[in-house]
Amino acid sequence: MTDPAILIEGLRFAWKGHAPVLDVPSFRLARGERLFLRGPSGSGKSTLLGVIAGVLEADAGKVSVLGQDLAALSSSARDRMRADHLGVIFQMFNLVPYLSVVGNVTLPLKFSAARRKAVGGSADAEARRLLGRLGLTDAAMLDRRVSDLSVGQQQRVAAARALIGAPEIVIADEPTSALDADARDRFIALLSEEAARTGAALLFVSHDASLARLFDRAVDLAEINRAGATA
Amino acid sequence: MSAILSLAWKSLLNRKGSMILTLVAVALSVALFLGVDKARTGAREGFGNTISGTDLIVGAPTGTVNLLLYSVFRMGNATAEVSWPTYEKIAARPDVAWTVPISLGDSHRGFRVLGTTDAYFEHYKYGRGQPLALAEGERFSDLFDAVIGADVARELGYEIASPLVLSHGLGTASLGAGHENRPFRVVGILAPTGTPVDRTVHVSLEAITAIHVGWETGAKNPLADTIDEKMIRSFDLTPKSVTAFFVGLERKGTILTTRRAINTNKGEPLMAIIPGEALAELWSVTAFAERALMAVSVFVIAVGLVSILTSILTSLNERRREMSILRAVGARPGHIFSLLVLEAGLVGFLGALIGIVLIHAILLVAGPMVEARYGVSLAGTGPGLTDLYTLLAVTLASLLIGMVPAWAAFRRSLADGLSVKV
Repeated sequence: MTDPAILIEGLRFAWKGHAPVLDVPSFRLARGERLFLRGPSGSGKSTLLGVIAGVLEADAGKVSVLGQDLAALSSSARDRMRADHLGVIFQMFNLVPYLSVVGNVTLPLKFSAARRKAVGGSADAEARRLLGRLGLTDAAMLDRRVSDLSVGQQQRVAAARALIGAPEIVIADEPTSALDADARDRFIALLSEEAARTGAALLFVSHDASLARLFDRAVDLAEINRAGATA
Repeated sequence: MSAILSLAWKSLLNRKGSMILTLVAVALSVALFLGVDKARTGAREGFGNTISGTDLIVGAPTGTVNLLLYSVFRMGNATAEVSWPTYEKIAARPDVAWTVPISLGDSHRGFRVLGTTDAYFEHYKYGRGQPLALAEGERFSDLFDAVIGADVARELGYEIASPLVLSHGLGTASLGAGHENRPFRVVGILAPTGTPVDRTVHVSLEAITAIHVGWETGAKNPLADTIDEKMIRSFDLTPKSVTAFFVGLERKGTILTTRRAINTNKGEPLMAIIPGEALAELWSVTAFAERALMAVSVFVIAVGLVSILTSILTSLNERRREMSILRAVGARPGHIFSLLVLEAGLVGFLGALIGIVLIHAILLVAGPMVEARYGVSLAGTGPGLTDLYTLLAVTLASLLIGMVPAWAAFRRSLADGLSVKV
């Protein structure tokens, strides 16, 4: 448990034929830590998350997730790493349209034996329990098509999906930008609370600096990224 | 893999509209293909089952296929006949065990009339050597007795003792141009055979001679009606000629030498054919048309498969987001690839399955009508290996064709990563 959740040293990344987007000398997310990463759109946030998730490969430097150097892994090993240890919440449209609410929440378990094992018993029961913790208790609602849910409800389903099977890291990329202020604060509170229960480190990315107060620590991407792509 | 299969299935259900259209296209193309194949097999089996146990068919020189068609299948016409003395000479050959003379040329309400002898009921066999059987009544014994096939009885509603008159030639002759002055009586009805026998009216050779008294010039002599039945019965009614005759040999081994002997008959020229050989020649003629039909139906299946490709390719753009979500929750690019391949395979499999059920339903309903109308039996074409192979082939082809959109999505999922485009 001594390895940090995420450790970045001397990371550089550029899209082919373009100026560097990322030049991050150092970044660290401790296990169980709830970190707010602020950055305006176009600052390289999504690229950074892609690198951490192992979908994009760094040009130089070291990216370690749970002590594992991603550069040393094959792409399919990185896919497995992501499936086993990472939960991801996007800004909107998080859900697979043809799966039920519960089907969406249990989806990561289909790709990860480790997370299936962490759940132990019935996947559906665990999904319902998590949805209940996030305030989605209406049984009729759980059977509805996901496209019939409100945006706030959809984001909570996405949060349940990111948390199921207790991954060590939960990454949220602007998950509240489509929510009003009340729903936003409630969502962050619920997400933090559940992440704390499972012991997951939370990396919360947003352009809205006013949210920083809700987290253990706040970092400005512009401060750690020397590439300075603030356009 | 089963997780991906269930995802593929749910994804298809989510796009019911376009999936049903694609299923219909595949199902119809498979039904057409199997329908053509079954009609072909049915026709071949029907033809092949029509005559059995006959070693040679002898007639006046004509085409092999033509002789077979008019003597066995009642299709087309003889251009010349075999004289009675020549028939008797061949029948008396020591290597000939039996002969069945047949005389064609008249009809009854669209059904062909066949003049023959008792030997016909003894020696004419069909299918795997089954003899003809009477469902009712007996063979003809009197001059104006007729034994009718099962279809004739059914379609015309005839029973034992029903009267019938023959028409000269094959059309429905106008009044006065037929043989209405010589009425016949039904004495026997044959059991169904699934062959042209079912659509034939059988009378004695003498009866054929009798009804043509007064027709010696080829048209009806106005005085013919003045000859009454009593007078006709007093005439010598030995036929002057027969249309053709079936031959059974003492020993099968002599078939080629006997045929050569008949073909080189001194005096009246004759032609002898082996039924199996003539059938093979017939198939070689029809093979072109069959192949063309099969080729067309294979192309129709290809069109069905392309519709699978189209429906999945057009869905890819709107599903880009879905692919990114799957990637984010841990799906490897290989999972994305198999998801789309399986979707295509599922549509192909289900479409082919529906097509197979469809064609068998059609055959069940339309089979008896086709048989009654064209004499082609589709009864023996129940679900078989052809259906299974078609199902497998279409499913396999769909899986292969699914690799095209799967590859596109695979490449895209690598490039898109987690950055979900709206």
